[in-house]
Amino acid sequence: MTEQTQTTYTPDLAARFPEWVTPDSRPGFSGYLVQREHLLDFCKTLRDDLGYDLLSSVTGVDYLPEGKLEVVYHALQTVGGPMLVFKVQVPRDEAVVPSVVSIWPGAEFQEREAWDLLGIRFEGHPDLRRILMWEGFEGHPLRKDWKEPYFEEEVKPYKSRWPDGQVERIEDRMPLQDNVQYPAGFDPESWTPDGDESLYRGLRKLLEDSGSELKTDRLIVNLGPQHPSTHGVFRMVAVLDGETIVDLKPVMGYLHRNHEKIGERCSWLQNMPFTDRLDYISSMSNNFGYALAVEKLMGITPPERAEYIRVIMAELTRIISHLISIGFLLNDLGAFFTPVLYAFEERELILDIFEAVSGSRMMCNYFRFGGVARDFPEGTLEKLRELIYERLPRKIDELDRYLTRNEIVQTRCEGVGVITAEQAISLSTTGPILRASGVPYDIRRADPYSIYDRFEFDVAVRYHGDVYDRYLLRLDEIRQSIRILKQALKDIPEGPVISGKPQWQVRVPAGESYGRVEGPKGELGFYVVSNGKANPWRYHVRAPSFINLTALAPMARGGKIADVVVILGSIDIVLGEVDR
Amino acid sequence: MNGFGVIRGLAVTFRHFIETYLEDIRAGRKRYHTPEGIAQRTSSKVTGAFTIQYPEEKMPVPEEFRYIPFLVYDEGENGAKDYRCTSCGICAKVCPPQCIWIVRTNDPVTGKPIPAPAEFYIDVDICMNCGLCAEYCPFDAIKMDHDYEIASFDRFKEHIYNKEKLGKSAAYYASIRPTNNAREVAAREAKAAKKAAV
Repeated sequence: MTEQTQTTYTPDLAARFPEWVTPDSRPGFSGYLVQREHLLDFCKTLRDDLGYDLLSSVTGVDYLPEGKLEVVYHALQTVGGPMLVFKVQVPRDEAVVPSVVSIWPGAEFQEREAWDLLGIRFEGHPDLRRILMWEGFEGHPLRKDWKEPYFEEEVKPYKSRWPDGQVERIEDRMPLQDNVQYPAGFDPESWTPDGDESLYRGLRKLLEDSGSELKTDRLIVNLGPQHPSTHGVFRMVAVLDGETIVDLKPVMGYLHRNHEKIGERCSWLQNMPFTDRLDYISSMSNNFGYALAVEKLMGITPPERAEYIRVIMAELTRIISHLISIGFLLNDLGAFFTPVLYAFEERELILDIFEAVSGSRMMCNYFRFGGVARDFPEGTLEKLRELIYERLPRKIDELDRYLTRNEIVQTRCEGVGVITAEQAISLSTTGPILRASGVPYDIRRADPYSIYDRFEFDVAVRYHGDVYDRYLLRLDEIRQSIRILKQALKDIPEGPVISGKPQWQVRVPAGESYGRVEGPKGELGFYVVSNGKANPWRYHVRAPSFINLTALAPMARGGKIADVVVILGSIDIVLGEVDR
Repeated sequence: MNGFGVIRGLAVTFRHFIETYLEDIRAGRKRYHTPEGIAQRTSSKVTGAFTIQYPEEKMPVPEEFRYIPFLVYDEGENGAKDYRCTSCGICAKVCPPQCIWIVRTNDPVTGKPIPAPAEFYIDVDICMNCGLCAEYCPFDAIKMDHDYEIASFDRFKEHIYNKEKLGKSAAYYASIRPTNNAREVAAREAKAAKKAAV
């Protein structure tokens, strides 16, 4: 099952399509700048002729001083290899770019997000509404000239804190001052919210043609935002024909806090603890991705011991996340909390280790640029060995025995929520969803980072693409993680855990970088742009649970309403990451 | 056979159930409310249910555990508090949610800054317990606490900690983080010895 990493040939696209693209020659930047008129032709060629079948990330950057907005695309080949970066630049006051949804349907949510937060209009997008902010919100918050309520200064650290820091709570000082923006002619007294008119308008079309001989009424049902099955505040608007789902639209943003704007206000190091709060179940993995992105820009590598510690932590995180995912899937099936708590027992033991090492069970904040915050305290390796060699394999087998052959689990999961490999790729899903559909794409193998090329492990892959296979795949991955951990625990060397002296102010040269790791939920990417200052100019998170949700509607269509809950459970979302 | 999988699953649950009682019989009264009982229930050898009955019993926190920061002072004569803080402001600058406010002391005659804080505030409602202030303090003056039970009745006044409330003695610090303290003391002594040698 071991997949060989293929070194793919990246042709010089600028030489091949001189009228369409030019190389991005700004210092520290790479990839290509594409002419807006030729974007669709270029993308089609990429997908059909050059094999870039999965569009991983779409985002925008506001270059306010140059008066430009830039749309950044990251495409990859599912056979493996590095990513291809290409960009389209448009003037700020006329930000219109053709939508690539017709080529890569997985761009749907990400283009909506770029429209919502940056105000880039994607022409030809089937459903270009706001996605994270509410309808009726004024402005596009990630534009550099947009200021939040309680705005204090452009960047941290704020000058009011030192050396003359008379404490004053922000809400006392600025009770909604003039930096709150309202639409033109807006009167809060007479305003009545229009609800989700535009959302329902799209779905109401489906109410009319039932197409059946019997006279049936279709109806629109809201699941959530307050619903125990949604793992947080998440809403699904479903059009039902009896019990069958005709169409479904996810609605998110209830937990939105504009993580990326916070990230641009914070200094490089200050962002590290904020990344913990994205996918709060796998904070170590989030730290890893961000550290990789910034280290790439700074041009430093961590020492050996730190690399091993990072891998150990990341794999433990994967085990935790998959355990929770399996447990809560059973919750969604109706096995109320017994399987979850069995999974939580093992998680607690791993969290004890996280606490001893990093100081916190969930908000670990453990990685630093060029290493990790501190070495393992005494006795950690012994504890880890006991856990990895003895307890966990036994407990995973127990979980397997407990659930896998259970007839109820089988009937509820087999053949439910199927997506094919082609769909999974075109919808930009990554991680367990993609691999359960038969595509053996794992960044640890496809584009190895850190020291993953040293370990022997198999890329777990299953072929049916249904809920049951996603469950089985997660069990497989836990076993592979244990395999990696055994090797890492055997080989971990002594030595320093951080390169150079720990610094609270890091110098990051101007440029862009994209750091990605195979997180438990899929490809977790951090796109950062530096202009050489103490704060990132742009900080974007490619959140796997957010993008995997694109596949929710295709999975649910034609299924029963009770299955939607299970399908959502099998996608394994964490709302902290979806809404950011 | 249909239904066999369910029965096998139920057997797992039943075993968990039995193990909890077996564990109770084996360990006797020691299992609850004693340090060794808690240690047993937090080790990887544990079987059955391993709930810690908070607040009657508490999990011991590891040395690196971090909660709200505190200011370390050395005890001088007559119980005078000699804060280690020099009000350099690194903690306030590195703090991600910007919850630290420091007022620097100025010499009343010359107007030049004196290395001691006149006032020091932390808004614990905003603090995210990341520990960066303690990590980057060059004077070992601000450290993360182990005391996590800080609930109070009034969140508006009582949750802004001033210098008095933040201050804790060096002896307390040595008691909660012995390994870290020993390492830091050794480093400080080495530095002083080096200075004396020059």
